[in-house]
Amino acid sequence: MTGLFSEVFLSALLFGAVTAAIPLLLAGLGEQMSEKAGVLNIGIEGMMLAGAYLGFVGAFYSGSLWLGFFAGAAGGVAVALVMALLCVRIGLNQIVIGIALTLGLEGLTALLHHFQFSRSYPRLPAAEVTVIPLLSDIPVIGPALFKQHLIVYLAVALVFGMGYVYRRTQLGLNLQAAGDKPAALDVAGIDVVRTRTVAVLTTGALAGLGGAYLANVGAGLFIPFITNGAGFLGIVLAMLARGRPIWVLFGALLFGVCLSLTTAMQVAGINIPTDIIQMLPFLAVMIMLVLFGRRASLPAALGIPYERGAR
Amino acid sequence: MSGFSSSSASGRDIVALEGVTKRFPGIVANDSIDLAIRPGEVHVLLGENGAGKSTLIGMLSGLQQPDEGRILVDGKPTPITSPRHALALGIGTVFQHMMLVPTLTVAENLLLGGPWWQRPRTEELAARVAEITSTLGITIKLHAKVSELSLGEQQQVEILRAMVRNSRLLILDESTSMLTPKGIDELGALMRRLVEQGLAIVFITHKLKEAAAFGDRISVLKLGRKVGEIPPERFRALGEQEIISEIVELMFGQQKDDPEAVERPVRTVHAEAAPLLRVADLAVAPTDNAPGLSSISFDIRPGEILGIAGIDGNGQKQLAEALAGQRATTSGSVRLDGAAIETLSVGERRQRGLRYLTDDRLGEGTVGTFPVSINFFLKQVGAAPFWSKGVEQRAEIDKRAAQLVREYDVRTPSLKTPVARLSGGNIQKVLLARELAEGAKVVIFNKPTYGLDLANTLASRQRIRDTAARGLAVLLISTDLEELLSMCDRIAVIANGALVGIVDNADDARTKVGRLMIGLAA
Repeated sequence: MTGLFSEVFLSALLFGAVTAAIPLLLAGLGEQMSEKAGVLNIGIEGMMLAGAYLGFVGAFYSGSLWLGFFAGAAGGVAVALVMALLCVRIGLNQIVIGIALTLGLEGLTALLHHFQFSRSYPRLPAAEVTVIPLLSDIPVIGPALFKQHLIVYLAVALVFGMGYVYRRTQLGLNLQAAGDKPAALDVAGIDVVRTRTVAVLTTGALAGLGGAYLANVGAGLFIPFITNGAGFLGIVLAMLARGRPIWVLFGALLFGVCLSLTTAMQVAGINIPTDIIQMLPFLAVMIMLVLFGRRASLPAALGIPYERGAR
Repeated sequence: MSGFSSSSASGRDIVALEGVTKRFPGIVANDSIDLAIRPGEVHVLLGENGAGKSTLIGMLSGLQQPDEGRILVDGKPTPITSPRHALALGIGTVFQHMMLVPTLTVAENLLLGGPWWQRPRTEELAARVAEITSTLGITIKLHAKVSELSLGEQQQVEILRAMVRNSRLLILDESTSMLTPKGIDELGALMRRLVEQGLAIVFITHKLKEAAAFGDRISVLKLGRKVGEIPPERFRALGEQEIISEIVELMFGQQKDDPEAVERPVRTVHAEAAPLLRVADLAVAPTDNAPGLSSISFDIRPGEILGIAGIDGNGQKQLAEALAGQRATTSGSVRLDGAAIETLSVGERRQRGLRYLTDDRLGEGTVGTFPVSINFFLKQVGAAPFWSKGVEQRAEIDKRAAQLVREYDVRTPSLKTPVARLSGGNIQKVLLARELAEGAKVVIFNKPTYGLDLANTLASRQRIRDTAARGLAVLLISTDLEELLSMCDRIAVIANGALVGIVDNADDARTKVGRLMIGLAA
């Protein structure tokens, strides 16, 4: 039976959903941190691309997936450093710089890849999975959720880690103050520029890691423009999550299912034009925005560079 | 300048300023200012808008650095380099604009500023807060969100924050401007208790009465210069009226009584004349962030000023907007010169002669980036002779604008200057010129002197009196009871969106209005 609801189909669908969700999750968590601190990080797509490219190159030459992840995160941080310098320290327009970074990185990574590999697209060996005993024996969801690369579990753990940071730590307070009322943070004796810089660099690391995962685990190769809007989906997730990491996770999984459906339905041979199937995730975005867009609550000082003494 | 010398950097001063000068492009904000701040004293800094008070605070709180001169802390020259540094030196500031994060709780706001790697020390804070509040006699809701607190409560939180950080010097910048009269009295009492505990307080204000009531020592600033000081010995020797007249002398260089206390001229309001504005049973549904209105009824006759007194946020703005047509009403009638207007649009009401001067001068009152000239005619866009067939007639506009600038004494560099660059007083003059223009019959003033300095306050009040004298009906909404008592013929009191009573402005009006405001029968 090649029907829609066979166990194999569902399991593959779920597995694909998780694989597709992880880059979105990491990007969304990163964007959430920037936005909490008052920086609208449109450059996140560029950070993911840098992460995807460097992550792939790192893994390809070193043979170690983990070195690849590390290189990817470092690439994201490098782009974030530019963003932090221009938008946080100098106070240039965050939207303009973000778009410039994204477009610049799209071109740069495509160009570098072309130089190195010409028109060939070498693949990495399939990523090793960490099997969680017992849980992975559950039918359907077992193989989908508990036979994943270690970094998947780490990313999910990060959701709870960041929830803790936001709710229970001094850093969480500082981040929220930097986004909602930076002047109050400043007169409390905390450097707003430094707080926001930390947030943007963290975003870079997470986005870079997400990009590296996308290339190394999700696809197993790098092709130009591989992120295909994942960073922008991350921005949408962060905006709809109202500052709660757990909602980023739910949103990422929802989009992940839509993205995974695209492939799964093609595999299952459903007779619908592929163009329509490939529209699904973006249709989902629009439906989500229509349904929940009103509820999005953004920090009061989002997108506004902080200048001491200015009113 | 009596009894003060700048060289006396005695051990008693917590902070002393010596010859401090600060320049901004085009102006000298502070011109060699000397100031001594001592423990156990409320040091009042008094000055008009633009006198340089805020700049001085900026330098004491580490937001700005002086260009010349030096600041001594405990007798040692100490440049205050950042807000953090100021806090470390024991200088805590409560800024004019609230510096609390509205989305965090009170406790979280108080905890802001701790080392980032730490967990917030909530228990420690609660103990410390309990200790401080019990000696000060205030209660603080630690777990309430700041956005749910009243402005007065927020201010107490800010003062508390300074205390939690062991401040020795507390700077209060225009702290009374957003408080109710009761809140102002409470603040005064709180300051007294704080200085009794040995704290030094710098209290910035432009209201003479508050300076005289709350101060131990007064320094008067004028156009960036310190023009005089009244030391505590002298302060104690004088009565409130004498202090006020001495301050006025310092500020204006001539002997005068309290300039705000203008004798109310007896106007002849024709009691038999038909009311120009007649409001009956007006009601507005409440919204999430604003109270509704219910059973609002009053008349205003030609030449009469009817005041609306009440604590801010009791429906004043809703009343003004409902009359102007900017807010939907659920029932009731509004008759202008006998004709019902409650179903008319904002523009139609204006055309019939109903004018509304908003308190939100830069928000809904003007378009900040538009030139002064266009702002005069914002409500006539498209009308002849300033527009013809949809095309702006620059010459006509400028001609009339120049007239209005002269007539209303608007101090602007040019007609083309964006209106937001003007001072609050001059923006108000632009609004006055626009709303009082030809055809006005009934004028609603919402907090017309809010945030203005003395000179502009007096000018605005005179303009309102003149308006009534021309035979127009005036509705004057204000939270300043003194203002209403000095200007109105009758005063209505609004509480929780309802008019709870209307009293004639006779000798006992103050008591009657006061009783109505706190919910007693007049």
